[in-house]
Amino acid sequence: MRIKFQQNLDELKERLLVMAGLVEQAIQRATEAYSTRDLGLCELVIRSEPAINRMEREIDQAAMDLLAMEQPMAVDLRFILAVIRINADLERVGDSAVSIALRVQQMGMFANGEIPVDIPELALLAAAMVRKALQAFIEGDADLAQSVLLLDDQVDQMNRDAFRSIGQLIGEKPEMAPQALHALIISRNLERVGDHATNIAEDVIFWVRGRDVRHGAHMHEETPVEE
Amino acid sequence: MGVDIHVENLNAWYGKTHTLKDVTLHIPANQATALIGPSGCGKSTFVRCLNRMHETNPIARAEGTVRMGELDIYKDASPVEIRRRVGMVFQRPNPFPTMSIYDNVASGLKLNGFRKRKVLDEVVERSLKLSALWDEVKDDLKKKSGASLSGGQQQRLCIARALAVDPEVLLMDEPASALDPISTAKIEDLIFQLKSEYTIVIVTHNMQQAARVAEKTGFFLMGGLVEFDTTHKIFTNPSDKRTEDYITGRFG
Repeated sequence: MRIKFQQNLDELKERLLVMAGLVEQAIQRATEAYSTRDLGLCELVIRSEPAINRMEREIDQAAMDLLAMEQPMAVDLRFILAVIRINADLERVGDSAVSIALRVQQMGMFANGEIPVDIPELALLAAAMVRKALQAFIEGDADLAQSVLLLDDQVDQMNRDAFRSIGQLIGEKPEMAPQALHALIISRNLERVGDHATNIAEDVIFWVRGRDVRHGAHMHEETPVEE
Repeated sequence: MGVDIHVENLNAWYGKTHTLKDVTLHIPANQATALIGPSGCGKSTFVRCLNRMHETNPIARAEGTVRMGELDIYKDASPVEIRRRVGMVFQRPNPFPTMSIYDNVASGLKLNGFRKRKVLDEVVERSLKLSALWDEVKDDLKKKSGASLSGGQQQRLCIARALAVDPEVLLMDEPASALDPISTAKIEDLIFQLKSEYTIVIVTHNMQQAARVAEKTGFFLMGGLVEFDTTHKIFTNPSDKRTEDYITGRFG
């Protein structure tokens, strides 16, 4: 039993979960700021970015150290590779939260108007995907991760609907264009959050089952083979 | 050229101890196949059955079929004939200490009755070139003894000695475990180059080494072959939990 190595793997997982907590909080604050136009929340999201970036670098370094020093194999190797990829995806979710916060700040300059896009609903779905993907990572649950992949289509569809509705709004009320475009960019950012959650779920499946399901690989296989 | 090795239901005993249990596998020609597993798992016994060295111990016996190409080594040939066709390299380099480098390499041929100087010269040079030792020893072939070489050079000398009798299969039982990293790298490079002419079976405790040199890997445990697959599959996503536990260090 490689006790120290196992402890290092546990620590790596804990670090990633701390970072995941920061990122989840950022995306939640950013979407709440949209609903409430709370510029203070926007500021908090923007100020959280350096900490997330620092954690990304630290986790990468810790993962690289383990690869170099321990030369892991099989499930351990897949776990560390999954951590490296999930780390990058979480950082990008953090970037999306900042982007949303910046848009909300700019929307504050304009009068409130009715935007025909249900951003809170989209945010709820995207955040649920992230939560589920992380839960799958915590529990090493490939079935739960698999269920995240199915949600991505819904998020994509909501984003397409937003694009259509906002195009229509701008045509009918050109004075709403600046607000509407900000809302569109927020919708796009949430769609990307869904994409990152999908990536995280795929990485969990890779770690647990040793199967690369990215880009639809293995989609046509009949039944997944459990190990 | 190397030959395929087909092993079917191979069992081996030391006295009453059943050390190898019903092993069946196909070792492909002109590839390196690594055998891994904890101490006492049967992997060394297995390779010793491939050149009938196992039976040199009076209390040992083996049953089953081992075919090298078309030859059933337990039915169609004598142990002496088999050992000419199957070279073996051991953990500790074991050159004949008082013999010159030249005589070490030529010893197998001389035992088989070859005496012509020109033939021996050619074989010694070819074997030392194949074992990547020629450039380092060509000026001292008859001046220096095998024992005067470094550990890594001695091991390559033993490989040259094994190759001199023109075998089809080369068995290597932890060939680099007593060597420093540079000598180890030379042995691994050598394995890579020799694959085109020989079938190589390597027993190793160093899993990174198995991953580096072998196309196929077999995992032995308690005398049985647990899993045999491509090296890539074994080290990234093994099918059997016991294999995974072993290669990730979770045993014990």
